[in-house]
Amino acid sequence: MDAGTPMITLRSVGLMLGARPILKDVSLDVRPGETKVILGGSGSGKTTILRLILGLYRPDQGSIFVGGQEITHLGERDLSEIRQRMAMVFQNAALFDSLTVRENVGYRLWERDLLSDEQIDLAVIESLRFVGLEDTVDKMPAELSGGMRKRVGIARALASGATALLYDEPTAGLDPINTCMVGRLIQRLKTKGVTQIVVTHDLDTAYRVADRIVMIASGRILFDGTPDELRRSAVPAIREFLDPGSMPPDWRLLPKPDIVDEPAG
Amino acid sequence: MTAATFDLRAKVLGYVFVVQEFTVLCAQTLAGLARPPWYLRDIVFQLDRIGVGSLFIVILTGLFTGMVLALQGAVQLEPYGATIYVSRLIGTSVVRELGPVLAALMIAGRVGTGIASEIASMTVTEQIDALRAEGTDPIQKLATTRLIACLIMIPLLTIIADGVAILGGWLVAKLYLSIDSYFYWTWAFEAIHRRDIVLGLVKPVVFGFIIAMVGCYAGFQTKGGTVGVGLSTTQSMVSSSILILASDFLLTKLFMAFP
Ligand SMILES: Nc1ncnc2c1ncn2[C@@H]1O[C@H](COP(=O)(O)OP(=O)(O)OP(=O)(O)O)[C@@H](O)[C@H]1O
Ligand SMILES: [Mg+2]
Repeated sequence: MDAGTPMITLRSVGLMLGARPILKDVSLDVRPGETKVILGGSGSGKTTILRLILGLYRPDQGSIFVGGQEITHLGERDLSEIRQRMAMVFQNAALFDSLTVRENVGYRLWERDLLSDEQIDLAVIESLRFVGLEDTVDKMPAELSGGMRKRVGIARALASGATALLYDEPTAGLDPINTCMVGRLIQRLKTKGVTQIVVTHDLDTAYRVADRIVMIASGRILFDGTPDELRRSAVPAIREFLDPGSMPPDWRLLPKPDIVDEPAG
Repeated sequence: MTAATFDLRAKVLGYVFVVQEFTVLCAQTLAGLARPPWYLRDIVFQLDRIGVGSLFIVILTGLFTGMVLALQGAVQLEPYGATIYVSRLIGTSVVRELGPVLAALMIAGRVGTGIASEIASMTVTEQIDALRAEGTDPIQKLATTRLIACLIMIPLLTIIADGVAILGGWLVAKLYLSIDSYFYWTWAFEAIHRRDIVLGLVKPVVFGFIIAMVGCYAGFQTKGGTVGVGLSTTQSMVSSSILILASDFLLTKLFMAFP
């Protein structure tokens, strides 16, 4: 794969869950080494996009490529190969309850069995140190606070050694210090050439880490461009997201001037 | 079409769908037996949890079953002056029917619901998705390991339940019916034929399969948060009990068809 081919591509992807369309005609490209931020209101479909990229959902329309390979119709066995190249930080951490923090963070390394126990342990401690939680290695997830669990989730993704990291709201529920720490972490991984997709509604973090930003509303792409372009955008739905206080209180009731056909969230 | 027939149609289709999904899960679980990784650590852990964890209830179940059989059997045999043969009755009914069925029902209540609720809560907290995201096959890691453990442990527990039941019968025979111990044990073993032993071991293997697979299925198909976890747990208990009793009848009938 040369630098030109995107690491991850969604082409006109549509998805229904139950009888409801969740995503409509979503296309996006993530190049190798790029950090892409996905912004959008609650319920707009951000998590769904990450789940599609991992092959946890199958699209109803369109196609998805990872590393140039189409994954749309792959079976679970082949998908598990593809998934090994990526790691996801789940919105609610999704730590394995029955395993200690150490076993959670080192899970993939244990399963793959390519390293010695000592090497795995070193990798686990190092990842936990990145998120400031090396003293929790022997705790169970149930003994941690919500924010700590989230950070262990980040450590688990880091330790996996994946070349693409997907973060689902990595800073939600974190205090300002840890939010800043996560931002720095993402920036540092950028310099190491890791491809990253960051789903968030935290604008500060978004502007800080993004190479490009995608904004979605009600399952449609509303904007795809650089942070500067986003800042300059005059589309009302975007302006409202960036600065809700600046909009007239009844702008949603005015005749609809933009592409949003149903308000997000 | 009236609303009622439409409802019935939807219900029947719903059941067909469940059976189909269940069959697919069973096939995938069995396929997990045929290829690595083997998850030995998980299997050992499940063996311990299912086997050692259920030992106590299985012993109690066997003990009281044997004791009550001795009491009731003696009442039935008394008019014929055959009370001393009560161990024949206990031996065969325990090995053929009561040992396997009662042990399986107790284990379904303890182990089957445990499997269902554990996998169900993993499903609703996205841990199953996290496993898939790590490149692990959740069916192989969770279902196959539990199936192996149930297939090994439930027959063993049944043998223990059988033994304890005959022992319980002996206690009652000795204490209340004043039957000679030598006589009791001789007739107990005399009455159990090789066919009974085979049937008594085939049954718990089938029941173990039912307990493990119904528990796993209920867990994996859970929807709707913590409410769903409760529903799946109850559902697994009800479904596996019914399947155990129904398959017990079928197996017995099948065995009788081949003398
Ligand atoms: N399993 C499901 N079945 C049906 N609808 C679903 C399911 N999961 C999500 N949805 C719907 O899909 C839409 C998008 O959900 P998604 O989780 O992607 O939102 P999100 O952008 O991540 O929101 P948030 O910022 O609140 O996490 C929501 O309207 C939600 O109601
Ligand atoms: Mg989300």
